[in-house]
Amino acid sequence: MTGGSQTIYFRNKPRVMSGYSIVGPKEAEGPLDPYFHKRLRKDDFGQKSFEKAECKLHMSAISGAIIAAGLTPADVDLNIGGDLLNQIITSSFSARELDIPFIGMYSACSTFGQSLIVGAALIDGGYIRRAACSTSSHFSTAERQYRFPLELGTQMTPTSQWTVTGAGCTLLGEKGNIFIESATVGKVVDFGITDANNMGAAMAPAAAKTVVTHLKDTGRDPTYYDYIVTGDLGIYGSRLFLELLESDGIKAASIHKDCGQMIFDKKQRCPQGGSGAGCSSVVFNSYFLHHLLAGAIKRMLLVPTGALLSKLSSLQGESIPGIANAVVFERED
Amino acid sequence: MLVTYLKVFTVGGLVCLIGQLLINLTKMTSAKILVTFLLVGVLLEAVGVFDAIKDFAKAGITIPITGFGSTLAKGAIEEVKTAGLLGALTGGMKAAAAGLSSAIFFGFLFSLICKSRTKV
Repeated sequence: MTGGSQTIYFRNKPRVMSGYSIVGPKEAEGPLDPYFHKRLRKDDFGQKSFEKAECKLHMSAISGAIIAAGLTPADVDLNIGGDLLNQIITSSFSARELDIPFIGMYSACSTFGQSLIVGAALIDGGYIRRAACSTSSHFSTAERQYRFPLELGTQMTPTSQWTVTGAGCTLLGEKGNIFIESATVGKVVDFGITDANNMGAAMAPAAAKTVVTHLKDTGRDPTYYDYIVTGDLGIYGSRLFLELLESDGIKAASIHKDCGQMIFDKKQRCPQGGSGAGCSSVVFNSYFLHHLLAGAIKRMLLVPTGALLSKLSSLQGESIPGIANAVVFERED
Repeated sequence: MLVTYLKVFTVGGLVCLIGQLLINLTKMTSAKILVTFLLVGVLLEAVGVFDAIKDFAKAGITIPITGFGSTLAKGAIEEVKTAGLLGALTGGMKAAAAGLSSAIFFGFLFSLICKSRTKV
């Protein structure tokens, strides 16, 4: 990642030891239901507040991934986690319960990509052996932090996305036949979108820029990948993303998928699909990891996308900067 | 009687339709839309046409927040007539006191017996 290149190549192949996804009831009604590891019947998870519920989700994802790899928390060197709440309380409160050294991450809904890149780099450099990369989000905690109190019962606008209730964790380490081959760190891009209910459009330029840079840095054709998977652009955002790629001469419509669009069914009344820091992590750790492990997918580019706004910045009329980080997963037979 | 219901429903529905169009076609937040409707109520009362609409549409125009705007304006105007210019500041709140106090009281009451949950 020097001399203008934004791509890191991991020569020691940090491997995916396990992945775990846990989702709320609405997500479990969606088309990806068979792939999730655990589904909640009620989204309060038996807790007094939704914030506590999200924290429990986050912890469950980390412990789920550790157990799935046949390890104990003592075997994990680092938890790299993030979420959407102010001062990332979900991740730090869940790290308080787990006896694992912790690095907190924030880059909105692209936090999962950032966590994977930092985890893979630390493992590749030989500083740590295993890292639990986790992110979460919860509809009701995000709604009241970024938008309106739940009690207000406001309507969703046609371009708004539904924050995914769920948490996902990928345990990186030395074993497994899926590895992270490289990653491209994105630049922050701002197209001047000021509507906090239209985050897909705010993030699409960042996603397109990261993918274009990745393909240029690596000299690869999009067809090198079975899938190019964006985090949560939604329907409008995805269309804009593909148009922007096309203007750079890249045709990727046939291999593009968007986690936000995949997680909910059209019947579920989410105008644009899902979003949130938990969106790309639950979809990757369920559907995509399943297909990578089964060999149906050999190589994929995961591009979690984030809208870097705060409640305050959007109230003050600031535009929404977007970010996207790209992570390459490959399967070794 | 049925004709009254029909009028109320039509006018109330039209007010809601305007709100829905504002949600779908503009970037206005629900809070801004509410305040706009309130100000429209104030304006209609101030220019003196609210009563005419109310005679025709009854609850169709008083139940939406336009009715609250009209109450505020009407209270202020009347208080000015009896108590002078200071009435412009006190009258509105006096006229709306029942509505405001009950909103606070019932808000508190329901916060004790209800639990916040995710909308569906």
